[in-house]
Amino acid sequence: MAAGTAVKPITAEAAEEMAAREFASIVESHRPQIFRFLLASLQDVDLAETLTQECFLKAHRNWKHFRGDSSAMTWLMRIAINLQKDYWRNRRMQFWRHTQAHAVELDEAGEWLPNGERNAEQQMLAREQVAQVWKAVKRLSERQRTVFLLRYVEERELSEIAQATGLSEGTVKAHLSRALGRVRAELRGTL
Amino acid sequence: MNLRDKFAGEIEDPAVAEALNNFKASVHAWSEAAYNRPRTVVNAARPGWRLATGLALGCVLAAGAAAGVVHERHQRLELARIAAIKAAAQKTAQERTAARQSVPASAPIEAAARPTPANTKANKEDSDLLATVDRDVSREVPAAMEPLAQLVEENGTN
Repeated sequence: MAAGTAVKPITAEAAEEMAAREFASIVESHRPQIFRFLLASLQDVDLAETLTQECFLKAHRNWKHFRGDSSAMTWLMRIAINLQKDYWRNRRMQFWRHTQAHAVELDEAGEWLPNGERNAEQQMLAREQVAQVWKAVKRLSERQRTVFLLRYVEERELSEIAQATGLSEGTVKAHLSRALGRVRAELRGTL
Repeated sequence: MNLRDKFAGEIEDPAVAEALNNFKASVHAWSEAAYNRPRTVVNAARPGWRLATGLALGCVLAAGAAAGVVHERHQRLELARIAAIKAAAQKTAQERTAARQSVPASAPIEAAARPTPANTKANKEDSDLLATVDRDVSREVPAAMEPLAQLVEENGTN
């Protein structure tokens, strides 16, 4: 008789527990990034928190359908982008007052800078630049803003951005080019 | 890593690269601070006094509506009773008239006019009925006006 190790079959309960553990680790590692992206898109801390929560709730519901065609981060980002789209659509219809009441002023958003090795003058200059970029970002279309933030804040690859937004890479590049043009113009004071 | 190095083909302008670096750092710092801020739980429940006021107001409205319905019903019943009494009185009067007309012409008028026990009874019933109607239809004199009413009565008898 051949001596072999018997393979223990995985029970449904054990599989469920594994999936839950896996999902928990995904939440832990990706939650701050999803929150950051939504915060930058919406400039509203409470709303970003709510949509982040909703994003992971949706992801949890559909976790068993996730086939791993893209990375978990790209899949989550796609959910977050769709939630954000829904929000903007609804806001245009009826919830615009909410953002008026809760949105952070651009000056306030631009105040945040890590304490690097800069002197006061450099800090002031950096703040000014950040405020100008915010100004330009505000003027971008929803799609341009999403692509811009994914590229230059989240530092995602073009292919990932294309997957997350459902656009072709060419379209992503075109949006990025236009968005950069706007930022450039704002920084030169030509807008 | 500097964005200019990472996205070398995209960002040529060093000023834009620097601005984007600062922007990225700013968003990261803001997000980190917002993500780690202490959360406060706000009780979204409505204050108790508001609930109590609403409940009391609701009760008052319901009681008012019920009282209105009862009053209306009482009024209708009263009117219907009065109408029934009047109708009964009219019917009796008509029957009596019909009975008088059915008496033969040859009978002496005195005999018809003579108070028989039947006539007397009918007359009494009529007057009782009319008195009941009068009592029900007419308004009672309020108690506060009673001395004045008595005075009027006394003057009338004197």
